[in-house]
Amino acid sequence: MKISREDVEYVAALARLELTEQETQEYTEQLNSILDYAAMLERLDTSDVVPTAHAVPLHNILREDQVRPSINHEKALRNAPDGEEGFFRVPKIV
Amino acid sequence: MVVANNYEMVCGLEVHVELQTKTKIFCGCTTEFGGDQNTHVCPVCLGMPGALPVLNREVVNYAIKAGLALNCEIAKFSKFDRKNYFYPDLSKNYQTSQFDLPICGKGGLEIEVEGEKKWIGITRAHMEEDAGKLVHSGETISTSNESLVDYNRAGVPLLEIVSEPDMRSIPEVLAYLEKLVQILEYTEVSDCRLEQGSVRFDVNVSLRLVGEIALGTRTETKNLNSFSSVRRCMEYEVARQARVLDAGEKVIQETRTWDEGRGVTLTLRSKEEAHDYRYFPEPDLTPLVIDREWVERIRKTLPELPGARRARLQELGLSAYDAGVITQAKAMSDYFDAALVHYGDAKALANWVMGDLTRLLNSNQCRVADSPISPQRLAELLVIIDKGTISGKIAKSVIEEMYSTSKDAQTIVKEKGLAQISDEGALLGIIDNVLAANPQSVEDYRAGKDRAIGFLVGQIMKATKGQANPGLVNQLLKEKLA
Repeated sequence: MKISREDVEYVAALARLELTEQETQEYTEQLNSILDYAAMLERLDTSDVVPTAHAVPLHNILREDQVRPSINHEKALRNAPDGEEGFFRVPKIV
Repeated sequence: MVVANNYEMVCGLEVHVELQTKTKIFCGCTTEFGGDQNTHVCPVCLGMPGALPVLNREVVNYAIKAGLALNCEIAKFSKFDRKNYFYPDLSKNYQTSQFDLPICGKGGLEIEVEGEKKWIGITRAHMEEDAGKLVHSGETISTSNESLVDYNRAGVPLLEIVSEPDMRSIPEVLAYLEKLVQILEYTEVSDCRLEQGSVRFDVNVSLRLVGEIALGTRTETKNLNSFSSVRRCMEYEVARQARVLDAGEKVIQETRTWDEGRGVTLTLRSKEEAHDYRYFPEPDLTPLVIDREWVERIRKTLPELPGARRARLQELGLSAYDAGVITQAKAMSDYFDAALVHYGDAKALANWVMGDLTRLLNSNQCRVADSPISPQRLAELLVIIDKGTISGKIAKSVIEEMYSTSKDAQTIVKEKGLAQISDEGALLGIIDNVLAANPQSVEDYRAGKDRAIGFLVGQIMKATKGQANPGLVNQLLKEKLA
């Protein structure tokens, strides 16, 4: 698999990242070298290996349906850049 | 069904149902509706860095229960994934959802439209978290310079149920939705309060020429919250697409939004701008392994579903229509069954439940679960009618009294002296008086005018304030006049 400049621009746009010409070039090269490295895994026969859903071999970690205290307005909004009457305020969406 | 100009519509639905757990899907915040803005929140549902989600066991139980009621396969192995997009109602910039290994696989349900039965397939159902609520400063989102966000709803558990594109008419769509909501309500996985947004619908519609096999280009209209909005939205969208096709143009594949006030659908985003969600496995949650034992444990908690109840009531002598009305809502069906324990004549019971009881509940805007007349009390009323203690006519005023005073029928009958007069001696005295006061009618009857007896019975009933046993009055009167 080869990552093109267009792929990098597309992913950057999805992630709302503005990249300079030079950064786009740099990331394209870096991403390709990472993928090339990971491609070594393709040399292994994995036909008998089930896909990994999680890196830790655990399952069914669940909690009971019991209400626990929430936090209040002030705490919730303490780090918010803007707010009003207990709401978070965000800039124009569309 | 053929819609305008030889087109056939094809429709599939996505239904989001809020599961009725006490707490959110990944944290212990309450799911209670309402509450001051941002008071049912914590670091997990606000998406604070470092906060870790833990899955609520009850969400999985409810998802399995709904899946079983909808005839779905239950996955042996299931996992969560991150669906990435930027929108301020999501605090984390991704929604924790399920992508390729949903908890429920293929299933479906049977609908009936104009006497015709049809199977509507369900593709899948998966668990995910609800988003927060936005309040826009302007009229609509695009005319607003800023928006306010309340995350109380963020993290409320949802089950998204995706149907196959099996529906071919608006009545089929409505029948599917009604049946689906009915089943969910019966299984008690959701309170199904549409007015509070606990069930929301996305509608996928396309048109194709009748006889065409390939599907036409579809549009998806999101976030409808009532059956009537679904109906109106589809009527509009079908007509709009027919106009586009008639003009020789192409329907654009896009996401649309329904403007309830204007009754139109509007472009939200086209396919070119469509989101690429870049799903990947959620590293903060472990996968689910669901063994058969777990599934069977949940299966045992399934109630008798509406279809089975309807069939049972029909076996007890109810018409298909009456059985359908009684089993429409679980609360009504439960009420009926509770009364049936104390009174065996299902048909008579159905008449009272669907008639006077429903009328009283409706005029007082009371839910059947809160009825001041308990199922047992209603049954007692019917028992004393059958015994002849009171007539059916008097019973109609007794039930009013039962409703307003919450007293039982026996007490009301005793207090108001409403018991039917079945004492021959007492009735004969009254009959003598009436005959003496109406010699003309007596003469008419004896001259062969049978109708005159009706007048005399009426006078006797009047003299006894309707409490005379009508059968006995007729019998005694005929003997007297013979």
